[in-house]
Amino acid sequence: MTSTVNTIDPAEVDKFQAMAAEWWDPNGKFKPLHMLNPCRLDYITQQIAAEYDRDLKAPLPFQGLRILDIGCGGGLLSEPMARLGATVVGADAAERNIPVAQIHAEQSGLTIDYRCTTAEAMAEAGETFDVILNMEVVEHVADPLGYLTACQQMLKPGGLMICSTLNRNPKSYFVAIIGAEHIMRWLPKGTHEWDKFITPDELYELLGNAGLTPVDRKGFVFNPLAWTWRISDKDLSVNYVTSSLKPA
Amino acid sequence: MAHDADILIAGGGLNGLTLGLALAQGGMQVQVIDQLPAQTRADPEFDGRSYALALASKRMLGALGLWEGLAEHAQPILEVVASDGRAGEGPSPLFLHFDHAEIEEGPMGYMIEDRFLRNLLLEAAEATPDLTHRAGAQIIGQSIAPGAASVTLATGEVLAAPLLVGADGKASGTCARAGIGRDETDYEQDAIVCAVAHSAPHNGVAHQFFMPGGPLAILPLAGQRSGIVWSEERALAAEYMALDDAGFIEVLKPRFGSFLGEISLAGRRSSYPLVRSLARQIVAERVALVGDAAQAVHPIAGQGLNQGLRDVASLVQVVLEARRRGEDIGAADVLERHRAWRSFDRQSLAFATDGFNRLFSNDNPVLRAGRDLGMGLIGSVPGLRRRFIREAAGLAGDLPDLLRGRPI
Repeated sequence: MTSTVNTIDPAEVDKFQAMAAEWWDPNGKFKPLHMLNPCRLDYITQQIAAEYDRDLKAPLPFQGLRILDIGCGGGLLSEPMARLGATVVGADAAERNIPVAQIHAEQSGLTIDYRCTTAEAMAEAGETFDVILNMEVVEHVADPLGYLTACQQMLKPGGLMICSTLNRNPKSYFVAIIGAEHIMRWLPKGTHEWDKFITPDELYELLGNAGLTPVDRKGFVFNPLAWTWRISDKDLSVNYVTSSLKPA
Repeated sequence: MAHDADILIAGGGLNGLTLGLALAQGGMQVQVIDQLPAQTRADPEFDGRSYALALASKRMLGALGLWEGLAEHAQPILEVVASDGRAGEGPSPLFLHFDHAEIEEGPMGYMIEDRFLRNLLLEAAEATPDLTHRAGAQIIGQSIAPGAASVTLATGEVLAAPLLVGADGKASGTCARAGIGRDETDYEQDAIVCAVAHSAPHNGVAHQFFMPGGPLAILPLAGQRSGIVWSEERALAAEYMALDDAGFIEVLKPRFGSFLGEISLAGRRSSYPLVRSLARQIVAERVALVGDAAQAVHPIAGQGLNQGLRDVASLVQVVLEARRRGEDIGAADVLERHRAWRSFDRQSLAFATDGFNRLFSNDNPVLRAGRDLGMGLIGSVPGLRRRFIREAAGLAGDLPDLLRGRPI
């Protein structure tokens, strides 16, 4: 550490460092999330590269793009976006996540604007972005349409939103219960409620009503034998992801 | 912590420079910290050392744009003949014979002198803006912090990066400083390495004679010359090394046979103790090992450099894939992918070459009869022989893109 983040009480730094180490330990309590991350990142980076015509083999392919990672947690998606050259705002409604994410970004030599705020408050303040990452949040909010509309307002015309969530069917009920412990620790907005899960068709409808045009959907499929995740064109039965555009 | 590079590589030998070049070509900022001074590395004299590049390794150099500068110095290996022998007796009637015509890919490999490969890599490193080659720089300390591995140089300068790679040989300081133990086996043999000029053409045939003291490899070099790797019991090897050049050729001749005509020494000769040295882990926190730092194997199968290049190809692919999706390239889950990819290959090769050597460095008549029979059997079953050839050419298994000749 060459310096401390100036918004953090020095007495708290040790505690937050320990929490950051925990968030980022691939074999720690967020292991399922770390396992999913390469698969999520493959989807996200490919969608952004295709939409903005960027070459992922270039050193800083996302330079010039302003990206919002909403529900950023410890920064598992914000850091990769910053590493690829984007200007990143990481927002989380849970106050304790922010200093944890800040400390880890600094350890990683990255500059990321982490804020404790909500989509609605940021939309109100007139913030705008090229890309919004909206991963595993919508199933936790009280008013999905209001929330997605706030996200839509923050997108620049032609902007891209990537939104993932959990499907609602008997299979996801069992998977979510088995996985719940891990997933609930990931996002702080209270427990998973299966009846708040959203089917792909319902999400497409919500996105459309929020003023967005859905353009793609894929499944994230877990292989319990290999302990790996893959992207599927067809199997959207539990975890799935969508891309939508704000009309130009 | 601020980073001075994306990757620090300790060691500027063949593996370290190839890794550095590949990563720099992939868009990474690389610093190679090389203990040896530049003039030692760039010595243009022939020191008698040469390598058998497997076909997959040649394809990798091609994908990195390096083969063009080597092709004129390279000798294709068209056939491999392995036979059991005793000094003065010549090869036994049963022997293994591999011909490149049995696989569709062309020559099984290429012989290349160390000096050409080394100098080509140095020139390429020089011409690569994203690669900083620090020659004559000694690492005296190494530490790991969240987000970065750092090394301290003898000058007091400290360099930090998300990942530190040890390509610093079987006495790897990177390995030791990372607290990784090694398992070592001393074969009590030395390898005498040199090259000879001969009056008859070699026709691209590589010979491996299994002598009681250890194997003798005669490997075709460009022109009427061959590289020699002669493994011998340590005391005898020291005796032979102490002879003058004429005396040395006199003891080599009867082992060599007369099939290449008159022979004379070309370039220097040197000898190396044969020691198998395996790092217990090839990754640690923000550290990865490649080449001899990961595993130094018996050179009986000529696989040392090829094995190192397979390490390099795997690490390059894992690191570039991670970087292209924005991951921290030194994170434990990223390095685990490299470890898992390499683990099977490196264990099986180390044990196979070890067993091979123990079986063949033996004058027991029962073993001799048994291995002659075994060699005859392998040699007489075309499918089995084809598998041996593909294995030796480095074409077997789940290969990284570079070894398939695909660009990075």
